[in-house]
Parts: sequence; C-alpha cells; structure tokens
Amino acid sequence: MRKLLVSPAPHIYSAENTRRIMMDVLIALAPSLLVSIYFFGFSAIQLVVVGALTCVGVEYVIQKYLLKTEVTISDLSAAVTGVLLALNLPPNSPWWLMLIGSIVAIGVAKMTFGGLGQNIFNPALVGRVFLLISFPVLMTDWTIPESWFRAGVDATTGATPLALVKEGLAQGLSVEEILANSLDLSYFQMLFVKTGGSVGEVSAFALLLGFAYLLFRRVIRPHIPVTIFLTIALFSGIFWLIDPNQYMDPLFNILTGGVLIGSIFMATDYVTSPMTARGMVIYGVGIGVITMLIRMFGSYPEGISFAILIMNSVVPLINKYIKPARFAKEVKNG
Amino acid sequence: MSSTILITIACLSALGLILAMVLYFVAQKFKVEEDPRIDDVEALLPGANCGGCGSAGCRAFAERCVKAAELDGLFCPVGGNPVMQQVAARLGKEIAEAAPRVAVVRCSGSLDNRPRTSIYDGAASCRVMAGLYSGDTACRYGCLGQGDCVAVCPFGAITMNPRTGLPVVDEQLCTACGNCVAACPKNIIELRNKGPKSRRLYVSCVSQDKGGVARKACSAACIGCMKCVKVCPFEAVKVENNVAYIDFNKCRLCRKCAEACPTGAIVEVNFPIRLPKEVEVEKQA
Amino acid sequence: MKKTFALGGVHPHDHKISAGAAIEDFPVLSRVYISMAQHLGSPSEPVVAKGDRVKVGQLIGKPTGFMSACIHSSVSGTVASIEPVADLAGNKVNTIIIDVEGDEWEPSIDRSQTIVREITATKEEILKRIADCGIVGLGGASFPTHIKLTPPPGKKADYLLINGAECEPYLTSDHRIMLEMPEQILIGARLMMKALDVKKCFFGVEENKPDAIASLRRFSSEYPEIEVVSLKKKYPQGGEKQLIDALIGRRVPAMGLPIDAGAVVQNCGTALAVYEAVQKNKPLFEGIVTITGDCTEQQRNFRLRVGTPFNKMLDAVGGLPEQAVKLISGGPMMGKAVANIEAASVKSTSALLVLTEEQTKRKPQTQCIRCGKCVQVCPMGLEPYLLNKLAKVSRMDELEANRVQDCIECGCCLYTCPAQLPLLDNIRVGKGQVIRILRSRPKK
Repeated sequence: MRKLLVSPAPHIYSAENTRRIMMDVLIALAPSLLVSIYFFGFSAIQLVVVGALTCVGVEYVIQKYLLKTEVTISDLSAAVTGVLLALNLPPNSPWWLMLIGSIVAIGVAKMTFGGLGQNIFNPALVGRVFLLISFPVLMTDWTIPESWFRAGVDATTGATPLALVKEGLAQGLSVEEILANSLDLSYFQMLFVKTGGSVGEVSAFALLLGFAYLLFRRVIRPHIPVTIFLTIALFSGIFWLIDPNQYMDPLFNILTGGVLIGSIFMATDYVTSPMTARGMVIYGVGIGVITMLIRMFGSYPEGISFAILIMNSVVPLINKYIKPARFAKEVKNG
Repeated sequence: MSSTILITIACLSALGLILAMVLYFVAQKFKVEEDPRIDDVEALLPGANCGGCGSAGCRAFAERCVKAAELDGLFCPVGGNPVMQQVAARLGKEIAEAAPRVAVVRCSGSLDNRPRTSIYDGAASCRVMAGLYSGDTACRYGCLGQGDCVAVCPFGAITMNPRTGLPVVDEQLCTACGNCVAACPKNIIELRNKGPKSRRLYVSCVSQDKGGVARKACSAACIGCMKCVKVCPFEAVKVENNVAYIDFNKCRLCRKCAEACPTGAIVEVNFPIRLPKEVEVEKQA
Repeated sequence: MKKTFALGGVHPHDHKISAGAAIEDFPVLSRVYISMAQHLGSPSEPVVAKGDRVKVGQLIGKPTGFMSACIHSSVSGTVASIEPVADLAGNKVNTIIIDVEGDEWEPSIDRSQTIVREITATKEEILKRIADCGIVGLGGASFPTHIKLTPPPGKKADYLLINGAECEPYLTSDHRIMLEMPEQILIGARLMMKALDVKKCFFGVEENKPDAIASLRRFSSEYPEIEVVSLKKKYPQGGEKQLIDALIGRRVPAMGLPIDAGAVVQNCGTALAVYEAVQKNKPLFEGIVTITGDCTEQQRNFRLRVGTPFNKMLDAVGGLPEQAVKLISGGPMMGKAVANIEAASVKSTSALLVLTEEQTKRKPQTQCIRCGKCVQVCPMGLEPYLLNKLAKVSRMDELEANRVQDCIECGCCLYTCPAQLPLLDNIRVGKGQVIRILRSRPKK
C-alpha cells in the first residue's frame, strides 16, 4: 500500500521564501549600484565586493564554528547587509574600513542576538554608525575617486549638500547665498546625479526605481517610506514657510542625504520594523521627526541613520501595543 | 578650583542623603509582612520551578507548605524524600516517606515493530498530529514520536531515540515531575514507583484494540491474552479493554508475567540479564 | 469596483481544470459504507439491523441530539454489518455497511426531471422537510441546515446569503450545479427565504465563473428578491464572515454567529439539496463531487452516492497516479488530508483532490524574518506569527487577549509564510484550548 502524506490544511503554499525576498532586494539595489559604479568606478566595486564577501564570511564562520548551528548564508540576508553597508559609505573609503564595518554589522549587530530575525537593530546601520563614530574623518571625506569612465576629471572634494548648508547657516549666510556660493545644484541634478554623498546616494532616481520594483514585487509595503517622506515634507515645510532664508525647502530635504536610501532600504528591513500597517505609520513618523530634529538642531548634518536606529529600539513596544485592525471590533458577550 | 570640587562633593552627598532617606521611607511604607519561614523553605527546595508539585513554582509551593496544617499531600517530586524531610524538620511537622517514582513510556511501537502507514508532514508536535488524525501507523493508541514530552521536560531527562522513534527516559535525571504525562496527548507516559534497586516491570502498551488488530498494527502490542494474569501469583496484573496493567503496589517483581508474554509487551528494567533457557537446561543436565 | 471582503486574503492560482466537465452519474458500487457521524453534532443512531433490506432514500440513522441529523441509505440492498470503521483520519466511527442489490428508490421520491417552481409548503413544513431529509451545510462544516434556518429567540435575520464563491482552488462542483441547475438552486434559496421570513437574498459568485453568473442571472431576473452579485476573486471569500462582509458590509462580532449580523449564509449546494428535499421529497444521500488533480488522467464532476470509498472514486479518473503523494477530501486550502484511502465519502464531501510531491510537500522551515506577511493576509486581523509563538508554549491568557478564538483556520498565514513555518498547525491547537476554556467559564 502506498504511504500517503498527511498534514493539516492548507495543502498548497505560495512560492515565497526568504532567499527570493533577499534576491529581490539585491535586484532593487542594482540600479543604484550601477550608477555608483559609473561615477566612482573601481572604488565602488571594491566596497561592494568586500562588504558582501565579509558579511557572508563572518556569518558563515560564526554559525559554523562558534554557534555550531546550521549555516544559513544561502538565504542571502548577509549579502544584502554587506551591499547596503557598502552603499552607505563614502566613495573613497578604504577597503579595511568596509571590512571593519561588515564585521561589526554581522558579528555584533546580527549574530549576537541570534541571527536572522532576532536582531533589534538594523545590522548595516549599526555598522555604518559604528564607523561614523570611530572614524569620523574618513566617514565624512567625500572626495570623489577617479573613475575609468570619467577619466580626466580631477578628483574633487565634494562636500554633501546637507553639510554645505549646515556650515553655511552656521556662518550666518542665508539659504540664497549658500545656494549661490557653494551649492551649484538643481533639482534635476539631485534627482539623477548628485555630487557628494555616500556610494548609494548618488542618484535619487535609481533609488526610486528600486522602490518601485520592491513595491511591484510586493516585497515591502509603501507605508514606511511614504510616511517618512510626508513627515519630513511637513516638518521642513512648516519651518520653510516661516523663514525660507533660514531653512531649506521640503523637496531639498527629501532628495538630499540618506533619506531615500534610508527609508526605502533600511527602515523597511523586516526584522527591525513593525509588523502592522498602523505600527509602520507610527514608526515612519518617528523616523521623519527625529531625522529633521537632528538635521536642524543637531551637530550632524544628516540624521536618518540615528533616527532609524532609535526607532528600531521602539519597534518591540510598537508590536506589543499597536494591534492590527481586527475583523470585528465588537465582541459578543455571553 | 578647589571650591568646584567642594561644591561637587557637597551636592552629591546631599543628593545621596536625600535619596537614601526616600528609599528608607518607601521601604518602610510598602513593607510586605511575610512569614520568614517561606524564604527558608524555598531555599531548601531545588528551585527548578517545574510545577511538578502542582504549585506554580517553588515559592508558591513553599508558601503552601508553611500555611498547611499538615504536609500530607504536599510533595516535591524533584527533591524527593530528603528535601521533604528537611522541609518537615524546619516547619516542625511530620511527613511520611513516599516511594520515589519515575516516568515510564508505555509504548514499544518502534519503527521496526510498528510499520508506518502514512507519512506525517505537519508541524513537529504530538498535539498537532493527534488533533489531525489517528497517527501514522495502524495503531491508534501508540506514540506519535513528535517529542512533545522531550520539549516539555525541564530536566533534559527525555530524549528521542532516532533508531526506534520513541522517547527514552533517563532515570537518573527524571524527577517524576509529571510534565511529560500532561504533555502526551495519547496518555502513554505514566509515573510508576522506581522499585527496589530501580527494578520494575510494566506493560509497555496501551492499545485497546482487540488482539488480532493490535498485533497486526504492532508486533510488540499487548493482545490482551490473559497469560500474564493467569501466571501472576500476587494478582498484580489485570486486563481491561484488551490491555494488561501491572499494579506496582502489588507486584513483587517475580518476572513470571514477562516470561509468559507472547509479544514481549511486558518490559523489565534493571534486572540481571536472564540466562537463555537452553543454557539452563544444559546446566541441569 | 467588484465587491470583496476588506481585510487580508490571498490569491492562489485557481486550477479549475474540471470546470468544463459536465456532471455525470457515478456508477453505484456493490458495497457502501455509510458513517453515522456526518454532521457537526453527536453521531446518529442506526434504526436498521444487520440483515435488514433497505431502499434508496430510506431512513437508516436517526438523530441523537440537537445538532444531530437524519441519515438515509444511498443504495438499495441488505445491511451487511453495523460496526466501527476507520474514517479518513483513521478514527473509528459507527458505520452501516450495505451490500447493494439493484437500485430501488423509495416511491415517495419524485424522480422526474420537471422543475417544481410553485412553493406550496408553509414555513413549518419547509423546516420539517429539511430536518427529515437530513440536510446539512455542504460548505464544509456540516452544520444541520434546519437549525441554521431557525434563529435563536430574539434574533432576526435580515438577509439570506447564498455562497457560490467557491474560492478554493480546484473545486468545481458548485460551479457545475450553478451552471446546470440554476433554477433549482434559486427555488431552494426562495424556500429558505420563506423559512427564515426574509425579504432579500444576495447570491455571491466569484468573477472567475462568468458562465455560472450568467446562467443564474437568466433565471434570477424573475425573482427580484434574489440578487446575484459578482465578487472579486480572493481567498477566503467563501468564509461565512468574509462573505457577509463582502455582500452586505456587516461584520459578525467576535465569538458571534452570522445571525448576530442579521444574516444567514447557506452554500449553493445546500440550496439545491433544500430544493430537492422540499419540492421533490428527496433526502440528502448523494452529492456533487469533483475528482481532480493535475496529475490524474481525467478531471471530472460526479453525482456520487454517500458512502463511496475514496479508492473507488479514484478508479473513475484513471486510478491513483504514480506521482501522487497526497489525497485531500475537499479543497487544498481547508480540505482534510486522507490518511485512510479506504474511507468512504460523506454528505459534505465536495471533492477528492490528488496532489504531487512538488505541489504539496512542505519545504524545510527557516527562521521567522518578521516580514509581517501573515499579519497582512489574515482576513480576521490577527497576528499569526505571535499566536504561533504563544500557542507553542501554551500561553492561554495571552492567546485569548490576542483573539486566537477569532481564527477561522483559513490557512492564509501558512500559505504565505516565506519561512514555511507551520503557523496554523500550532494556532489551531491553541485556539481549541482557548475555546474550551471560554466554554467552561461561567457566563455573565
């Protein structure tokens, strides 16, 4: 007699799996990666390769020899962390900086908590913030390395637009003067090509392309990025309306710095973001507000990394108290 | 410069003093009056918080012991008699000695004895499997082999034998807390007296199927043939619902039932190895 | 914008491969096994003895309690034995085994093809006929229909909803009856409206069955009180609470019944059975069953007598294929896996589905990545990832606080989980325990 399989219902399953989701994230990062390779050449390739290999390697070593558990590097989650970290470093970073960042990201931020699904903080961001605090000079050196494709162009020190604005305002200049003096940027440029910034921040358009792909594949829901954009727009819009000479306009605030890469790829990390739509909105608003507070009143020109990490720590609380919309609010008594 | 240091010291001292006073008054105000013997008894208990005694944890058990007029019916299976004697001595109460017990898995339906008739593909949990169907063999009563008892044991005393697919109890580690008994959806695990020198006999089958059906499903099944009942000199064995059961209070460990059992469903533990019968015959000759 | 329910849901491929196969009569076998437990309540009590001769449609089991139902013979012949027989899950149920001789029907059954349109029976007569004919809900739960059509005192139904969604993949039995016997179903619906004393009926059908919708609408135009509604394709549209939400926009309160939202939901197959019982005097002893699978030689729809063993049913579609690993009684999302291939069909058997290893074998589990997809797809707005964790460690109070008792066991969470975690397997156990605690709690 044939032995039949027996299991509780349901008996069919969707084709979703972790590896496929991570693969989709990598595909969504591809446009930004290609643009950065075009602008930064070998340096960008080097950072991404070192990042991905180190992250995967560290996870392998820890799982195989330290924890002696099943090795799960084939789910590609470590590779995603590596690529994301690489895209968050200045283009001229040395390879060993990337190596240290990757070890911290996987070794400290991910594996000490028990690996995939257990970590409280986004590993790539922990890596980046660790480097930012430990190597502040290297991490804010926005020199544009020589590229094969753009040979002949001299290496330039392109400070980020946000840093230029912050410095300018600190010197008592008005926004108009800053824009005229040092910041030679149009919105068109910000959307497609940006001087100065991390590897992955070069082109807002490429990041938005990735966002569209993630939404199309239903890997992420739009709640988190959209609430972050709206919060930043609202927050900066109010100040901009009060005094356009002291504060930058909302569009500038969204398109510059790490807002796009942060809200599309980092804030939406499954493990460290809330489970419910309502929770996601609260989380997004929190990130937007903290980012703008740091940008306007903090000592760093950019604050989204800190904002996401701070909100990461609130996620367990959000998950505990913010419940999804139940089918029935009413409970029949008796 | 020195004034800065002085001011700092003064401020911190004042702060410390104020806080200490606040703490003192709060501690006085919210002090909970508790019988100090509860702490003492709790210190004597093993601290495993297994719930085997029927209380929520060791502290709750200690409270019950202190409040109870007599210790009868209160027993810590983990600490056993030595701990209970200490507890009784501390509280100035009397307690009778209880026989140590051990968990026994009453199923011999190993992968060899009991052929599989279907392949279970759901969550690795006996509760889930039992809720779904009668099991992956023709025996509806036997062990499902998903290891709920292993998962629930606070002492690591139960392990799954991958060769037989059945749980094995380590009698050194087992404290007879009874968690596994409650976890088993098929009611296969029983707490039995450990017996003198840890020697004991039990029927390792709970199948209520009629002999033929039970035997067809599992070669080690109890078929309710009554041979053990007939051979027992102490009336310790009885057969109900087609399955034999040995009363460990009456059993004198003579092993006649085990010898008589045609399917080997009666299991003997920690007895010296029996010499093969032929050898005995040769010796006599 | 087509109507559907608001929360969650998934979109599995519908695989309706047997949709084009017209209903055929399944040959009567030489022996049938009629279970006494074919409904939600306590098993019926046999009213025949070994050696008795029975006719098709003769009462052989009488109800033993409030939720119990009558059982009729599906064949004519001699009672060979009455004994416990293993059902599809291997559990023993009292069963009447009948050796078939000829095909002699009870003379009271109207076997003509004419459609009886005029409703002459009174409300009480309709309910009595339904109870006497042993009609149970054919949507899956086998709830005795006459009880569902008798709202508890103080409750009043505003609407009758007929469930023609058939949202489960593969199943086509409801599709075929809506296509081939639309008028009979509509008359059945009107009978139930009369029994319930309601003025409006919505008939929900998913949009992937346009021919069934057209065929129903051709006749429903004569009955303005019945409105056929085309619904968006989304699983679990056919869930009672989801259908009520989709059709009339009301939410059944937690721990409540559809009647608490002023609705009674009946499957379209039940409507047909009600028509046959009241207008044609025919008890429920046969049903429409889809026998299908991508790997079977044929995919067909049959009119099948109750008590036909599954292995005999498979012979009609070319036998059990080599690559088949799992048999399911019902649909792939909520159907029951068949452990005992010799078990027999019951009243509510709607399909026998054959799946291959590639389609149904569970993949190895991985870590929960907290993606929240289970929360997103849950049609009851629950958090399956959390309930799974709590159920595994039996945290009853927290399970209750997180509303495990609302779970409808639709399987969307397990279907969608990228980590292949057995979410529903564990939640179902936790739900059972919590409901038992809630029932034992004294009512306020």
